[in-house]
Amino acid sequence: MTTYADRWELVVGLEVHVQLKTRTKIFCPCPTDFGAPPNANTCPVCLALPGALPVLNAHAVQLAVTAALALGCTVHRTSVFARKNYFYPDLPKGYQISQFDQPIATAGELAIGDDAEGTRRVIGITRAHMEEDAGKSVHDRFAERSAIDLNRAGTPLVEIVSEPDLRTPAEAREYCVRMKEILEYTEVSDANMEEGSLRVDANVSVRPIGATTLGTKTEIKNMNSFSGVERAIAVEYERQCRLIEEGGTVVQQTLLWDANKQEVRPARSKEGSHDYRYFPDPDLPPLVLDGAFVQASRDALPELPAARRARLQETFGLSAYDAGVLTASRALADYFEGVATAHGDGRLAANWVMGEVLAYLNNAGLAIAECSVTPQSLASLLGLVRDGTVSNSAAKRIFAVMIQDGGAAAEIAEREGLVQVRDDDALAAWVDEIWNAHPDETARLIAGEKKLLGVLVGAVMKRSGGRADPRRVNQLLAERSRR
Amino acid sequence: MAVSEDDVRHVAGLARVSLEPERVRMLATELNGILSHMEVLAAVDTSGIDLHARDDDDGMPLREDAGPQLPLARSRSAFAPESRDGFFLVPRLATHEDAAEGA
Amino acid sequence: MSDGAMQLTAAAMRDQVVRGERTSRSFVDAAFAASDAADPGGGALNIFLGTDRARTRADADAVGAGGGGALAGVPVALKDNLATLHLPTTCGSRILEGYVSPFEATAVRRLREAGAVTVGKTNMDEFAMGSSTEFSAYGPTRNPLAATRVPGGSSGGSAAAVAAGIVPIALGSETGGSVRQPAAFCGVVGIKPTYGRVSRYGLVAYASSLDHVGVFGRTVDDAALGLQVIAGSDPRDATSIDVPVPDYRSAAGSSMAGVVVGRPREYFPESLDPRIRDACDATLDALRSAGAEVRDVSLPHTDLAIPAYYVIAPAEASSNLARFDGVRYGRRAPGDGLRGMYEATRSRGFGAEVLRRILLGTYVLSAGYYDAYYRKAMEVRRLIAGDFHAVFASGVDVLLTPTTPTPAFAIGAVSDPYEMYLSDIFTVTANLAGVPAMSVPVGTVDGLPIGAQVIAPHFGEHRMLGVAYAIERTRQTRDAT
Ligand SMILES: [Mg+2]
Ligand SMILES: [Zn+2]
Repeated sequence: MTTYADRWELVVGLEVHVQLKTRTKIFCPCPTDFGAPPNANTCPVCLALPGALPVLNAHAVQLAVTAALALGCTVHRTSVFARKNYFYPDLPKGYQISQFDQPIATAGELAIGDDAEGTRRVIGITRAHMEEDAGKSVHDRFAERSAIDLNRAGTPLVEIVSEPDLRTPAEAREYCVRMKEILEYTEVSDANMEEGSLRVDANVSVRPIGATTLGTKTEIKNMNSFSGVERAIAVEYERQCRLIEEGGTVVQQTLLWDANKQEVRPARSKEGSHDYRYFPDPDLPPLVLDGAFVQASRDALPELPAARRARLQETFGLSAYDAGVLTASRALADYFEGVATAHGDGRLAANWVMGEVLAYLNNAGLAIAECSVTPQSLASLLGLVRDGTVSNSAAKRIFAVMIQDGGAAAEIAEREGLVQVRDDDALAAWVDEIWNAHPDETARLIAGEKKLLGVLVGAVMKRSGGRADPRRVNQLLAERSRR
Repeated sequence: MAVSEDDVRHVAGLARVSLEPERVRMLATELNGILSHMEVLAAVDTSGIDLHARDDDDGMPLREDAGPQLPLARSRSAFAPESRDGFFLVPRLATHEDAAEGA
Repeated sequence: MSDGAMQLTAAAMRDQVVRGERTSRSFVDAAFAASDAADPGGGALNIFLGTDRARTRADADAVGAGGGGALAGVPVALKDNLATLHLPTTCGSRILEGYVSPFEATAVRRLREAGAVTVGKTNMDEFAMGSSTEFSAYGPTRNPLAATRVPGGSSGGSAAAVAAGIVPIALGSETGGSVRQPAAFCGVVGIKPTYGRVSRYGLVAYASSLDHVGVFGRTVDDAALGLQVIAGSDPRDATSIDVPVPDYRSAAGSSMAGVVVGRPREYFPESLDPRIRDACDATLDALRSAGAEVRDVSLPHTDLAIPAYYVIAPAEASSNLARFDGVRYGRRAPGDGLRGMYEATRSRGFGAEVLRRILLGTYVLSAGYYDAYYRKAMEVRRLIAGDFHAVFASGVDVLLTPTTPTPAFAIGAVSDPYEMYLSDIFTVTANLAGVPAMSVPVGTVDGLPIGAQVIAPHFGEHRMLGVAYAIERTRQTRDAT
């Protein structure tokens, strides 16, 4: 895109659909869990049987408010559910219940680029509104037939719409990453793009550098990874720039990202589907939230990722980069803080968590929650390193044992004979042995050839099987040479 | 604002209803007849009315986030026009069509 | 009705069953006898769409003496848009032919739990869209008092079942007068309670913000008892309202002394049939001599009710009826691809009036027309509600009006849709405002019954029933003399 970048500015706004982590659906008590047999999680309400009525799930409201507050939105006292009318087999009622002109929250923001290399930019959030998810259509299972599974129909969603403030595909990707972090920290959603609990649509347009009016936008759907979002926007940017420079014009349309072909393709546009005939749902009176509820929700917010990154740098003297890595998930940050607080030296804790711990988890394909070594026991291992009981290299061997068989660091150090020897009698014996075994080296050392000291220390260490305390051996050899 | 035959065809499309040409003509006449009685609404001064203002100030009642699932007295396949392996079946759709309509 | 069972009130039936003097089975058999007498071969009046006499008898036999339910053993009929577990729920439409609901309406469940025994599902205008029960996919219902006349609608089957002496209580539904108007046409009592007083869960929606479950009774007491049983809030209906349910039957014999009855002039236009006006004024005189004060009042926006109603109701209907798409239930018609299946299913499944209202409603909601029609109608609705609020705030306890501008008209007499809509002209206002209203018989015109409508403030059912009981009392004394 560098070829176009000096002539065309990319303008992107994102619509993020988030599945809220409730036990039951938004308007009926059907379970929301995955993997049930087709349509097992359906009832008169989510099958839209004649006469059934919706009743709103209080916890879905709580999670939507939490997400909105975490994104700095204004939560409104009164919001209204409307009907978005269109026909589709996975939409049982023939309309989607969705907030329209009175959403639950508006006017928030999300900061990007406040990590290591980036320069901080605040992306505006236009609105967050509650709605119900649709079911699923399976097209390849039966000949001549599409199969409808309504287990997902009625899963609570919050749709978060950004301002057209994003300017590069990388920014769009980071916006999604930051959004995911916040949704995880607040435990509003699993926010997993691969599983569909976080879904992103991108509104993309281009305009000449310096222009202030927006170009015609297209909407890209069907991206199922953060890199997919970045790639799809980059591809669409190039397509629009090329189209315009070849004298064409961008037409407003919905495009589908094909991750395999790495291309965008027009979705089959359905006639009439643009006139949704929104009107307030007469089955649902307005949602009214009193100020005390909103304040309580605000007070209950956990520390958010950005704040935590700043605090970790401050408290433990971490680099911005390290703080970024260690706050990627709330669980990892908790683990690190557990180690750092118990041990006291934040830098050493950071090196170990980012080094040994993450390396092990990555190889084993485990999540931090599954790490068999608790922050406390890792801290006690680091304690042995600090007070010189074991060497750093020995500590890594001990950690491996702790992962495999568990057990306390000190016991393992003893059992495996990895405790450093610092008792002078034992050390003196090795020193004598080496001294006598190397007459001409010792002679040259005494003659003032200081570099031979290191050679002899190495020999003693070798003799001790790495257990001798190198600092003390150094002192003993130095004294001996001065006799 | 008179209802044209194109309007009738448009709303029939939105409502997923198919109409014979002469029905379209008839309906345009009928709808215009009915709507002509509604023009009186336009003359009413409603400037003082805010539809967003509500008196029922505690708003809608909410459900606890808990089961049990509402029971069905007979199986889904007992009332489904066409079903297999627990799915409801409909005439085949283009694979990418469903992504065009988003939640 | 040989044994006069059908002269008994529901309460009297219930007491006899509880005391073991008569069995529910004997009342159910009397109901069937009355049905056969009124409707030889079951085709003439065409009151019922669904019955299962064996099951009904079994249900009756299951009601033993001593059971304390408020309707123990009493036979009732249900409009076919109320979801029932064993009889089909078709809404008078082809698209739901043979559909048996896998869940039960809350109002139906409450009747059953009170010991009532369902004798059948009654005919109705398709999806409750009509005022004559002529627009049922299963043929029109005839008026038991005059077989060439309509019973009114859309709850005509339930009104006819009560008028024919088959059941003392039947449930209907109202969106613009579909209980009160047929009650007037059939000479029975019909109540539309306050919006939110009775759960809509299991009532197949026509226009959700206007839909109500209503009750027919042969007497005011029958209707009051029926309402007593079905009233109350429901966690499955977010529009039901949690207000205590008083003892409605205790309104019987309430004194009219000091009760202020408003006579809204907009409901007594010059064009009104003088015999209907006189019957209402005679009723007002009777209430006056019973101690009530009658006041002339005005509800200035009344003439806007029908236009507003026929924007709002079709708009909501166009959305409520979208679920009938042939995918999950109901009758599917084969078509070319998904789109073809949708269009064939809906075009063949819905009747002409339903299609007309779906298209009208789709039009008034569609891009460019929403503000001019739907939003405007919703604003006018506020003005109409404001009229009632103001008149009741001025110290008026209830309003008394004619229920309908005419008595039952002849089958096929009204062909123009809008002319048919006008038969609800005195009843739609209460649906738009959500206030309770009921129709009480007050005489006859050309031998056809007519009704007076009593309208009360929100949750003023007890006061409304007190006046209705008084009207019934004064008529009995007048008929006696
Ligand atoms: Mg949406
Ligand atoms: Zn459900």
